[in-house]
Amino acid sequence: MPGDESNLELAQHEIRERLHWFQLDRRDFLKLCGGGLLVGLGGASATAQEAGGGFREHELPKDVNAWVHIGEDSKVTVFTGKVEVGQNIRTSLAQLVAEELRVPFDSITMVMGDTDLTPWDMGTFGSRTTPTMGPQLRTMAVTARQMLIEAAAQRWNADPSTLTAAEGRVTNPITSHSLAYGEITHGQKLTQTVSGDPPFTLASAWKIAGTALPKAEGRDFVTGKHQFPSDIVRPGMMIGKVPRPAGFNGTVVSADTSAAEKMAGVQVVRDGNFVGVIASDAWTAEQALSAIQAKWNVPPQISNKELFEYLKNNPETDSREGGGSPHATPLALQAAMATADVKLEQHYTVQYIAHAPLEPRAAVAEWAGGRLTVWTGTQRPFGVRDELAAAFRIPATQVRVIMPDMGSGYGGKHTGECAVEAARLAKAAGKPVKVVWTREEEFTWAYFRPAGWIEIRSGAKRDGSLVAWEHHNYNSGPAAIGTPYNVVNPVTKFHPTESPLRQGSYRGLAATANHFAREVHMDELAHSVGVDPLEFRLKNLTDQRLRAVFQGAAERFRWGQSKPSPGHGFGIAGGTDKGGYTATCVEVEVDPASKKVRLRRVVQAWESGAIVNPDGLRNQTMGAIVQAIGGALFEAIQFRDGRILNAHFAEYRVPRFSDVPEIEVILIDRKDLPSAGAGETGIVGLAPAVSNAIFAATGTRLRDMPMAAGADLAS
Amino acid sequence: MGDFLLDINGAEFRLRAPGEESLLSVLRDRLHLTGTKYGCGEGQCGACTVLMDTVATRSCQTTLKSCTGTRITTIEGVEKNAALSIVQQAFLDEGAFQCGYCTPGMILSATALLHDHAHPTDQQIVSYMDGNICRCGTYPRIVAAIKRASQLTAMGGTDHAR
Repeated sequence: MPGDESNLELAQHEIRERLHWFQLDRRDFLKLCGGGLLVGLGGASATAQEAGGGFREHELPKDVNAWVHIGEDSKVTVFTGKVEVGQNIRTSLAQLVAEELRVPFDSITMVMGDTDLTPWDMGTFGSRTTPTMGPQLRTMAVTARQMLIEAAAQRWNADPSTLTAAEGRVTNPITSHSLAYGEITHGQKLTQTVSGDPPFTLASAWKIAGTALPKAEGRDFVTGKHQFPSDIVRPGMMIGKVPRPAGFNGTVVSADTSAAEKMAGVQVVRDGNFVGVIASDAWTAEQALSAIQAKWNVPPQISNKELFEYLKNNPETDSREGGGSPHATPLALQAAMATADVKLEQHYTVQYIAHAPLEPRAAVAEWAGGRLTVWTGTQRPFGVRDELAAAFRIPATQVRVIMPDMGSGYGGKHTGECAVEAARLAKAAGKPVKVVWTREEEFTWAYFRPAGWIEIRSGAKRDGSLVAWEHHNYNSGPAAIGTPYNVVNPVTKFHPTESPLRQGSYRGLAATANHFAREVHMDELAHSVGVDPLEFRLKNLTDQRLRAVFQGAAERFRWGQSKPSPGHGFGIAGGTDKGGYTATCVEVEVDPASKKVRLRRVVQAWESGAIVNPDGLRNQTMGAIVQAIGGALFEAIQFRDGRILNAHFAEYRVPRFSDVPEIEVILIDRKDLPSAGAGETGIVGLAPAVSNAIFAATGTRLRDMPMAAGADLAS
Repeated sequence: MGDFLLDINGAEFRLRAPGEESLLSVLRDRLHLTGTKYGCGEGQCGACTVLMDTVATRSCQTTLKSCTGTRITTIEGVEKNAALSIVQQAFLDEGAFQCGYCTPGMILSATALLHDHAHPTDQQIVSYMDGNICRCGTYPRIVAAIKRASQLTAMGGTDHAR
């Protein structure tokens, strides 16, 4: 059974601060608990739960019926706490179940991320769905198929090993008896408990998995029929708005809500420092919000200008060291460095960037008989359920969180602020309340991909062999910090620091920053010893999977076989994280006068084991490349004194149609290897490849992400 | 507050609301036509795109009072008699979405583009579509869908969305 979800990303980068802490009054408290026995929540803080302690308390159910149900009509319902955010797992997980259960793909309905209906799940992040939920559901599907065969065998008094299962039917090839699955189960629960690891169908024999099936329920997305979290409408629903502090760490001096209170149809809710307004329509709620006069005391805080000095000088007090090789000694490194012909020392930076999912945070909350139901967009429905339970001091069993397939997240929707706000307002209104964050709120009050300062010291010999390597990451994270290249006694260390801005998960997280630093540095070393950048990498690389993607991308790009035209440059970069292997070749054009950078061509090779759905994988890889263009060239959160200065799409530039070059994706299908997740690591190769290509075109080395402000070279 | 008569997807809607309210807010919050999406409220992302007559329009930047006398088409009105429009079908065929939140706005911008330019050049595609953000980065597939729709139209299909 897969059970290794308590990964570093969550422990290192979960959000610790709450936006709101309600006082609630005692009467409400008792009412919410429904009278009778009060279940104490004790001191288990959200922090402790979020830090990964949660996993061990949640034994995943081993009985088949918790995961798979077969109806009398032979329709199959599959239950998983994972959520669909555009990565297409609603399709790929159903393919895996259809394959193992031997049913048509169309007979499967996936119920996802509903805390009342699906088994507990830590969340959809870290590229864990395919490698953990995939095998989990396959195990249940194989067991269900075996049970169905056994049951049919009993009915026919036949030897189960002589029966076959296909197309949702068990058949006896000798007697030609045949029963549909639904005729065997009559809709009853599959009560067997799974023990051991039943054999999976080999990827080489897959008929449904491994094929390019289109997105499940895709038609509803082109007709507008699909309801995203912000589209949910409940009877009698009101609209809620919450005024925000003038800056981070602001304390309220005064809040005059009298004008709003006088407005017809407006209810003002105050609870401690929390203020919110409710109205029957969005227009009135907005008018009420702007009628609130609040004064804030916001302390002076650092800006982008001081960011990296700050990160270097503010280690986190309860520092946990992560990643790398903690036992390598500086002495060994010094000795290795002494043997180098060329020594190099450089630093690299990445700015805070925003996820900017096109659907901002949204929630609809509804209380009934002391029980709370919230429809909201989140990657962690069970985490948000626990946040709600903690905020209202009620047992988690009194809270249901439902996650309709949402307008994406990219690691940015782990938290439940908006759900908590909607629930607080709904409690006051006695009616369902919807809260949808504005774009400015989403840019400001969500959280950011961590900024980082990275130092690399290295040494190489004239023949192109790498002999010494030291890599330090301040703040951005330990993901993919270890070098895949052959070098004795490397030192790699993550230094957690106090972050001036609220930071959290992001697609690929620190793997982007660490790959940027390492792959740009490798390019610098290659040029220092006068070896072709691809050749230099391959000379120091024995990992066959990584070599294969480098060679695959280079071959298609015709690396080394053509010369760039004047003003153009070629760059290459690659790496591995979370079981995915990627290499990226790019061609850039830099206008000599304006210094404007344009990406002309990208070729990216990808390998993550056996491919479950090549169409979905191609789409994810393409999307990761396009999203990477923003962080590489122009995305950066500008901040000063606790304020975000570019909290709008007009000022925070994200990639658009006009930024997209010719892109070619090469997928390597390793049917002999287990399938890894593929939503994240495809993002890591582009930025360093672009930096390396800009150097090739201009001789200017860029070591700071983003590399171009407004697509013009920053330096 | 005023009384307004709107022509949306060929149906008449009478409502009483402030004339300054955005069409987006009216569609989503008053009429519960939630296919039109909120993305920024500032006309910067294209998620709220609808057609006013045949012109792609940001409904978040359009006041209710300016809608009278126009024919408004939202994504709910593009499908006719359970048949997808050519553009919708092309998006589906190309798998031109991931999370799908930008898709209604993309389809309406693309419909306006193909109305004005049945065989758009790459430059025309960018100039009509650059105001629509797909944060998932499916732009290459959206371009492929637009070209596919253009070809299907040339082969004799008609786009009943118009």
